[in-house]
Amino acid sequence: MKDNLLLTHWCMIRNNQLVIDNKIDVVTENISNFAGFLKALYKKEQLSYPKFYKMDSLSKTGFLTSEKLIKESNVLDHYRKEEIGIIIFNSSASLDTDTAYQKTIQDKSSYFPSPSVFVYTLPNILVGEICIRHKIKGENAFLVSEKFDAEMILDNVASLMESGRVQACLCGWVEVLGEKYESLLFLVENASQVFEKDNKPSLHKTFTINNLNNIYYTKGD
Amino acid sequence: MENNSVYVAGDNVITSLGFTTDETIRKIKNNNIGFKVCNDRSLTPAPIPLSLVDSYQLDELFQRTVEIFRPDNRNTRYTRMEKFFILSIFDATNELPAEIFGTKTQLIISTTKGNIDLLEEEKKVLYEPERIYLWRLAEVIRQFFNFENRPLIVSNACISGILALSIASRMIQSGRCENAVVSGGDIISEFVVSGFTSFQALSPEPCKPFDISRNGLSLGEGCGTMVLTSSTQRFSATNIRIAGSASSNDANHISGPSRTGEELAMAIQKTMHEAAFEPTEINYISAHGTATLYNDEMESKALVLAGLQNVPVNSLKGYFGHTLGGAGLIESVITMRSALDNMLFRSAGFSVLGVPENINVIQQHTPATVDTCLKIASGFGGCNAAIIFHKEKSTH
Repeated sequence: MKDNLLLTHWCMIRNNQLVIDNKIDVVTENISNFAGFLKALYKKEQLSYPKFYKMDSLSKTGFLTSEKLIKESNVLDHYRKEEIGIIIFNSSASLDTDTAYQKTIQDKSSYFPSPSVFVYTLPNILVGEICIRHKIKGENAFLVSEKFDAEMILDNVASLMESGRVQACLCGWVEVLGEKYESLLFLVENASQVFEKDNKPSLHKTFTINNLNNIYYTKGD
Repeated sequence: MENNSVYVAGDNVITSLGFTTDETIRKIKNNNIGFKVCNDRSLTPAPIPLSLVDSYQLDELFQRTVEIFRPDNRNTRYTRMEKFFILSIFDATNELPAEIFGTKTQLIISTTKGNIDLLEEEKKVLYEPERIYLWRLAEVIRQFFNFENRPLIVSNACISGILALSIASRMIQSGRCENAVVSGGDIISEFVVSGFTSFQALSPEPCKPFDISRNGLSLGEGCGTMVLTSSTQRFSATNIRIAGSASSNDANHISGPSRTGEELAMAIQKTMHEAAFEPTEINYISAHGTATLYNDEMESKALVLAGLQNVPVNSLKGYFGHTLGGAGLIESVITMRSALDNMLFRSAGFSVLGVPENINVIQQHTPATVDTCLKIASGFGGCNAAIIFHKEKSTH
């Protein structure tokens, strides 16, 4: 039988702010640039994960969003690690790091390609980073669309959930290019599972295009 | 919930061996290998074997195709990557009714780097700035064929192609679309060659998957396309069905495979479970087999964990290299042909087993009953994917 899918939690990083569910959790003011903001947020969240400093901006941004979402939702307490899927979309894939890497090979007099930069020229490394952090081993995919596309997110996540291959899915949008960034991750769960645990049901919304768009277009501005 | 069966209704492969699936299969049967030592300084600082598609033939075939199919576009400039995709989709859909481009079809593009060569100063100036984006590449392809729905792009390292097929079959099974045109490709660029060189991952001679003397991977370029449908009558589909698929993550390291192979084995087991096949029912495995030390080791362990150590296995990368975002599609099409032709192809470059587990690598082209095939892949970011193709007894 088809189970109803719910958006149980979401976390957004945009405009020097982190918003978790309905509340603005962190406002980081007087930050001169994006890199400074990411660092300030990492410290504010009191994370202790030295690998963070090796990540590119795309991975750092998605990582910080997922950290907050995973912590707030306690998703790891309710599902086995191979039952949790991750599907992330963006517009520019890894172009931010691609451009940085190209600079290391462009000029033959200063030719210095580095494996530690090259590895981040794949956008799905972000998904790998989140999986490594929490030993999440379920289905994963990195997909690209021009803009935040609620219908595409819904189609992909719902068909994966309906197939029964995952019981919960971390999904959404993590876009980074230069100083422009926005990140919005959702946790999607089967309604029947959610009602078995006490999980602030007042926050839950049905997993629909409208609800995805409402969160993306109205919160955190 | 709907649960439609998904069949293959069209296919194409473009590699250094040829521009069609038939041409590629003929070359494989003749044991032709597509590598040449490349001295082109615009691609590689040192000579290295690469499997490159002939540019002259590519341009000529592309011009002819545009003249026949879209003469109104004869003055439009297309990138090398776009030519691959357009030619591959053109050939795979050539005999199908035009409604394959209609509202019931999802176009899915699989690529790791797309038009990445447009970061080079000389090429950048020839195109609009958006052309570097993968969605723009997909949109150019969509417009060429007038696909009505907006395309979906999968960019998930070396499992992109299998993942794209997996997503397509899920969308057809659940009734979200009736057909999917799934095309995967990547070109060889200085960007990619320098990156793999910096990882010291490239073999100085054509790659030797699973062999004791293997010494890294060899890069190839190309494109593969599969047309999938649940409307078997309308699109006169083959009797090859996607029976199951799954992906997993090692959650171990961003650039090195799992030490145990457990997570790839998990994806394989989930796939067999979904397809309702036992390990003893699998007739053939098309492995990822990149010929790096650790990938091939890990795969051998995963196959044993999944109970598949006796099943004939090959890696097709010894023929045309690692085609990255194209690999899943290209190798799946050839896997499907193994089933249709009842033929197991030799694992090119292999002579002496050099992985920890005693797997059954195919040493000679061998006629055999090939009904059920497993295709697997793993990639950077710790990702793994598996898919099973099954040949039904009767045609539609």
